[in-house]
Amino acid sequence: MNLGLMFDAMVVLPTGVGLTLTLTVLSLTAGFLLSVPLAFIRAFGRPGLSLAVLAYTYVIRGTPMLVQLFLLYYGLAQIEAVRASIFWVILRDPFWCALLTFSLNSAAHTTEILCRGLQSVPKGVTEAATSLGLKRFQIARLVTFPIAFRISLPAYGNEIVGMIKGSSLASTVTLLEITGMARQMVSTTFAPYEIFIVAGAIYLSLTSIAVKAIQLLERWLSTDGNRAQRRKARLRPPMPDPEITTPLP
Amino acid sequence: MGGFTTQFVVALTVTMGLALVSGCLGTAFGLFLAISKGTALPRVNAVVTAYTTVVRGVPELLIILLIYFGGTTLASKIAGRYVEVNAFTAGVIALSVVFSGYATEVFRGALAAVPAGQTEAAKSLGLNAWQRWVFITGPQMLRLALPAYGNLWISLFKDTALVSIVGLTDIMRVAYVGAGSLRAPLTFYLAASALYLSLTTVTLLSIRLAERRHPALGR
Repeated sequence: MNLGLMFDAMVVLPTGVGLTLTLTVLSLTAGFLLSVPLAFIRAFGRPGLSLAVLAYTYVIRGTPMLVQLFLLYYGLAQIEAVRASIFWVILRDPFWCALLTFSLNSAAHTTEILCRGLQSVPKGVTEAATSLGLKRFQIARLVTFPIAFRISLPAYGNEIVGMIKGSSLASTVTLLEITGMARQMVSTTFAPYEIFIVAGAIYLSLTSIAVKAIQLLERWLSTDGNRAQRRKARLRPPMPDPEITTPLP
Repeated sequence: MGGFTTQFVVALTVTMGLALVSGCLGTAFGLFLAISKGTALPRVNAVVTAYTTVVRGVPELLIILLIYFGGTTLASKIAGRYVEVNAFTAGVIALSVVFSGYATEVFRGALAAVPAGQTEAAKSLGLNAWQRWVFITGPQMLRLALPAYGNLWISLFKDTALVSIVGLTDIMRVAYVGAGSLRAPLTFYLAASALYLSLTTVTLLSIRLAERRHPALGR
């Protein structure tokens, strides 16, 4: 163990945090925006449409993200029409390719998560909303989605952590985020232990912050008990729930 | 595709071998950790929690890189000369570590979900600790863990693609080499995705079959 090198790594590697966070936040946002309509179609749409969405999520979730990334980054260049089109400006850039891959991936995962949330909204609630005279869109916006979002939040937390971890794949297409910086440092210093351990610690702190933030959000959105009880619970968080929270693939 | 078909077949066996070996090792280790977390001292408990938190909070790619390059440095230091850790071994170790981290949490959750009355009833029947585990807690726990455990296997098959980055000639690597040499990346990566998709589909179907055959008791 060379502590001097670890210190160097601690100075250099945080410069990659910006790119990691940019990729994560942008792809989660794009994925979420894309997944909300897809989840509604998947849960309540006509069988044909629902099946089409299922096909999309199934293929994306059944193949490694690395293959998808290489397919977009290297594969699309093979099609002449793509290289001639205006999209080529975006698709030849590793950043946009990585972002597109991560967004499509995140959209597929989030669609399944939200779909399960939407399906577990009690029927009585939507029936009550219909009897109050709300339109279908209003029910979706004001009743179904908020409840489903609250139900899916723990699983969505796993997706956020997965995306932070998944963004490390961007290093394989020459992007210098945390893993990319670490690999570059290792290739010049030949000190893999020190540098990769520091990189791991940075990722660990990022994922821990994300987990904590999701827990706080869960508590904030929770409807159990009254406001005072919740505030008390917020100060002293309980043990993590023993439920299995592994995300479905 | 030329002569790459045979290479893909060989690569498929490499990927499957890697996944099966590291999945089995990871399961054994995860089971061991889950049991020790459930019963043992608070200190052991804290160590296991730290292990699962670290493993699940760090990218799989980084763990693979750490074990492959770090392992080479460590082995060279011990042997006194340059020793390169084989990519397959490094992949097995890294993926077993990742798998065991997640499996520990899955098994622990399932263990906690087995009603305490079951163990108490077994105790009152005079079964010893081993018998209680093998006949009472174990089977019920495994049934409860099955859906989440199956998902771990699917993730494992997808994670094997990352080992190609350190040079293992698995499906992903063959696709990469083929794409470069025949200048047909689209074809090769589509072939690779199809292979991975069929692997995950087979895994998914076998898990569903196992779930149907061994449904969780009392549900």
